[in-house]
Amino acid sequence: MTTASAQAGWRFKQPSVIPGFGLTLGFSLAYLTLIILIPLSGLIWRSAALGWPEFWAIATDRRTVNALQISFGTAFVAAAVNVVFGTLVAWVLVRYRFPGRRIVDAMVDLPFALPTAVAGIALTTLYAPNGWIGHLLAPLGIKVAYTPLGILIALIFIGLPFVVRTVQPIMEEIDKEVEEAAATLGASRFQIITRVLFPGLAPAIITGFSLAFARGVGEYGSVIFIAGNLPYKSEIAPLLIVIRLEEYNYPAATAIAAIMLALSFLMLLIVNLVQTWSRKRYG
Amino acid sequence: MADPEIKSWEPHHASKSAAVTESRPARAVLMAIAFVFLAVFLLLPLIIVFKEAFAKGIGTYLESLGDADTRSAIHLTLLVAAISVPLNIVFGISAAWAIAKFEFKGKAFLTTLIDLPFSVSPVISGLVYVLLFGAQGLLGEWLKAHGIQILFAVPGIVLATVFVTFPFVARELIPLMQEQGNGDEEAALSLGASGWQTFWYVTLPNVKWGLLYGVLLCNARAMGEFGAVSVVSGHIRGLTNTMPLHVEILYNEYNAVGAFAVASLLAGLALVTLVLKTLLEMRYGAELAATRGH
Repeated sequence: MTTASAQAGWRFKQPSVIPGFGLTLGFSLAYLTLIILIPLSGLIWRSAALGWPEFWAIATDRRTVNALQISFGTAFVAAAVNVVFGTLVAWVLVRYRFPGRRIVDAMVDLPFALPTAVAGIALTTLYAPNGWIGHLLAPLGIKVAYTPLGILIALIFIGLPFVVRTVQPIMEEIDKEVEEAAATLGASRFQIITRVLFPGLAPAIITGFSLAFARGVGEYGSVIFIAGNLPYKSEIAPLLIVIRLEEYNYPAATAIAAIMLALSFLMLLIVNLVQTWSRKRYG
Repeated sequence: MADPEIKSWEPHHASKSAAVTESRPARAVLMAIAFVFLAVFLLLPLIIVFKEAFAKGIGTYLESLGDADTRSAIHLTLLVAAISVPLNIVFGISAAWAIAKFEFKGKAFLTTLIDLPFSVSPVISGLVYVLLFGAQGLLGEWLKAHGIQILFAVPGIVLATVFVTFPFVARELIPLMQEQGNGDEEAALSLGASGWQTFWYVTLPNVKWGLLYGVLLCNARAMGEFGAVSVVSGHIRGLTNTMPLHVEILYNEYNAVGAFAVASLLAGLALVTLVLKTLLEMRYGAELAATRGH
């Protein structure tokens, strides 16, 4: 079939006896265009219509810059924390057998299933100065709720399953014989982990990091309760968009959203490049 | 409580153990760190929801759930999910059929586009509809002239929910249907079944558990969505407040019991979702897509 179509030259669709291509592709494209593409291009069109001077003024406004820094900065740190603990959790789930492992495994998906507003008020209550965790930290002079540290906690919660669920399946596929071979050749456990296991896991870890990071940058519901939302200090970019909208300042909301989208796509691009590099380096 | 499986990871020779698995103390430390981390970040938030909800007894709990505004928020959330989930089911099946059953140019690009909503902030997902349908929006004037209300009303909330839950069903079905190939459908068609019969009696039974899995995740997100809905809803009590938005209002009014009572319903939904999802994975793991990301 493939050779036949190759001889036929360029063809949009390869021949098939299965019906319904036009209907399903047509419907899918129409639905995708109406729900996603037109609204998103509306955003791009509106921000392009602002004109460069106005766009630049909004983009370099100190409050905008700080909000973007807080969103991207905390999301980056939270994703890094999740890489460490998420990989560790995945390792424990894949390699060790203990009673209740199935339940612990299921629990990891809680942040996917729990509505963000619920997570937000629950974390705030825990980390408030009189909360279960907050009152333990207060004597140490650590304030979590209503500070940037609170944002970090919320983003760690939100991002954890992304790392675990990307790394776990790759870890399960690791052939134990490779480790045994390395051991027979005299490698220590530490050498095996850093030289044999880690390189194989690196692409999955990078993917997990980027998913957690992307989610953290855009996260709103779980963060706004715990952040305190002080302009310049603990105000995240999505919240600033909402505030500008409530002020009917559509140009500013649009511009901040466009910057966030652009930065997120730039980030994804960089991650893809790092992925390609790590596959070449370790693959 | 000796788990028989624990033994299977014990190395046969002490000399090998250090290299092929971690030493006993190292394992204990790693497990302890993982458990403490999970307990602090996942278990405690879940427990505190129910603890706060019942802080003033079950009577107050039931009373806050019986509140008229709370009940209308519950109704709205159910209504929005009942509209947006079926829409995304139809789209998911249709997109999976086109992508998994056929080879065509631009397929990879289309698959990427379907995942797009996952990389957009929920707030931006709401904002795009405000820019389209709002008073200053592209269609704002026209809608106003024709008396159509989309923003700050149910249609806007449904649209925003459809946007954020868009990929769930499709991304579950596409890899599953790709894995299963076209053999069954080709056999059915060659035996004289119509296209519709083939889908209904062959394809759908083949993917039913995967479909249910996707619907489960789609529904959990649809009922729990906060950011996108918050931007388009207008927060009109008793009218355009969904359950997550109502949680926020009650919480900001320092009505902790009320907020956590509604939150406990949503947390219950999350737990039911997780249990069903785990059961599906255990029972029908082979019939779900092998590439299980999230």
